[in-house]
Amino acid sequence: MTCRELIDFLMAYLDEELPSSERLEFERHLGICTDCSDYLDSYRETVRLGQILCQDPDGPPPGIPEDLVAAILAARQKSSPES
Amino acid sequence: MLAEPSGGLVEIDEGALLISLRRGDDEAYEALVRRYGGRLWQVARRFLGEAEAADAVQEAFLSAFRAIDRFDGNSKISTWLHRIVVNACLMRLRKKSHQMEQSLEPLLPSFLEDGHRVAEGPGWDSSPETRLERRELQERVRDAIDRLPLSYRSVILLRDIEGLSGKETAEVLDLSVNAVKVRLHRARLALRETLADSLQRDRRPH
Repeated sequence: MTCRELIDFLMAYLDEELPSSERLEFERHLGICTDCSDYLDSYRETVRLGQILCQDPDGPPPGIPEDLVAAILAARQKSSPES
Repeated sequence: MLAEPSGGLVEIDEGALLISLRRGDDEAYEALVRRYGGRLWQVARRFLGEAEAADAVQEAFLSAFRAIDRFDGNSKISTWLHRIVVNACLMRLRKKSHQMEQSLEPLLPSFLEDGHRVAEGPGWDSSPETRLERRELQERVRDAIDRLPLSYRSVILLRDIEGLSGKETAEVLDLSVNAVKVRLHRARLALRETLADSLQRDRRPH
């Protein structure tokens, strides 16, 4: 398995969707190629950063700006809902 | 000033809310906006940024109001509204993306002819949070996602950020599950390349 092939299989590997023979080859390559094993770490880290940085678990539960609530309710009155 | 999402984590009786909404009860509409608006606002800001998010949320609520009679109650109201706001955001992104859509190729890793990857340098910091301010990291990740072409950005936002399943993402974007997988992987590779400059360990010893 080359580095290029390894990268094609990264997601399947992490999702545990690789058939066992390919998984073995994948892991064999990882064992001898520091570049690829660094790469795997950084790929994982990318996913993790995307997930944690777009959420703010320490922040308050998401609120909606008061003026937006007012605007939405006013727009509803204006468009006079069909009934 | 932000309104508190009423109800918090307490389950609300969606069936009763739906009946009041269909009756045209003003209070029920306000309750709906307050209960679910915060979450939709958060989603829209991720897709569009602060400036445009309000318009998209308003659009989403108005189309939800119009469709309230057709909502079949098979999914939760939150799921249904989430999909509507994502669609409103995607529509806006599509309109904007024509002039600036760029190819993903320059953002993908490069390889030598023998299939080896072009060496990139040191690995990444194991915990970049300790070196960079959270806010700064957040901005870099946001910028990197913003730089992805729309077809990839929407997949990574829905899958990795919004946490939709592959199947749900495929439905929202009208793609096959396999196409979602391929795009997600390529989007992550591109995001990784974009972040590499910021997150590689410093080569110089301190």
